[in-house]
Amino acid sequence: MEWGTVLPDPADAVLMARNLACLRGERAVFAGLDVSLAQGSALLLTGANGAGKSTLLRILAGLLRPAEGAVLWQGEDIAADPAAHARRLRYLSHQDALKPALTVAENLAFFAALWGGAVAGALDAVGLAPLADLPARVLSSGQRRRLALARLALAPAPLWLLDEPTTGLDAASVERLRPLLAAHRAAGGIVIAATHIPLPLADAQEFRL
Amino acid sequence: MTAFLALLGREIRLALRHPADTLAAVLFFVLVCALFPFGVGPAPETLARLAPGALFAAALLAALLPLDRLFGADAEDGTLDQLLLSGLPRGGIAAAKALGHWITTGLPLLAATPVAAALLNLPTDAWGAALAALALATALLSLLGTVGAALTLGARRGSVLLPLLVLPLAIPAVIFGAAAIEAAAAGLSPSPFLLLLGAGVSLALPLAPFAAGAALTAE
Repeated sequence: MEWGTVLPDPADAVLMARNLACLRGERAVFAGLDVSLAQGSALLLTGANGAGKSTLLRILAGLLRPAEGAVLWQGEDIAADPAAHARRLRYLSHQDALKPALTVAENLAFFAALWGGAVAGALDAVGLAPLADLPARVLSSGQRRRLALARLALAPAPLWLLDEPTTGLDAASVERLRPLLAAHRAAGGIVIAATHIPLPLADAQEFRL
Repeated sequence: MTAFLALLGREIRLALRHPADTLAAVLFFVLVCALFPFGVGPAPETLARLAPGALFAAALLAALLPLDRLFGADAEDGTLDQLLLSGLPRGGIAAAKALGHWITTGLPLLAATPVAAALLNLPTDAWGAALAALALATALLSLLGTVGAALTLGARRGSVLLPLLVLPLAIPAVIFGAAAIEAAAAGLSPSPFLLLLGAGVSLALPLAPFAAGAALTAE
């Protein structure tokens, strides 16, 4: 099987992955994968279940080490300074990372303490402001997802890695992502999203794993 | 530092919202100490003789109870990934978790110690030494336990492995802690033993978070 290459334009690329390979046991999930993304660009990862979309996102986040190859940010290997890479990215996994016992606002306040930003504004951006004082335990799965997405609205970070960001969201909530994603890209941010459903992203490249 | 305090604050807040884990540890501690008189008979001298060792064994086993959820809960709901990406060094995450465990488990056990000591007929002269020794020993167990919890994270049967890893390392704490209480009960100074316990805590304080941090990996 041939693994693709995404827009190799090294001149203005900020995020580059070179010759990435990932093994699960003896089996190669993917190999020889090249990604190159400039400021303000968006990349949609598509592919069947188990194709390695989430694994690729985790490698790009620095949570997993690739079996081969390297991820470069402005020419520097992210493994050289994982803490600096962690500070410049927001990672939304398929889990929402919420504590049911804490209120909606408290859940977000923890991340606001890490990254800065205003809790009220971020909750407003995902339409959860009226529920701020409810415990996260009573939220529906779509509302939980929106609370996870509110982390993106807290404070700017140049790289967003989103794993199925729209799981459980209704159409209106998906539409609410549009200004959030547009503002992030207008500021030069990069979005990489693994998804099965179309996201409200203008002229995104698609990459099929 | 902000991130450290944010994580610590969240640990404490979660324990306050869900006091079941803390209560379970405290109840376990008191109940074990309450069972001893039934097993060894109510003769006050026999009980007082057994009290230091029983107190220590019960307290350390109780403090072990919440350890296997220390990282497990965060790993399950995706919080651990966010913590690893928080910019806080992994050792810092482990240190906050260890301190959080001591505050939410060690301190409540200390609060219950007078009850347990009374049940075991420990001479009141030795209560001060018992509190000091238990404070140090639970701190040591929180630090060692954090290493064990990080190492067994993601392992199958991790909850079985954890006590097997941690308790042998805690044996010196039992020996010196019980010796401190015995010394105080006999009218001697407990401080040599307390100092040895303190040395153990001082040794574990920088090493344990470092080791736990190295063992913390995302999977």
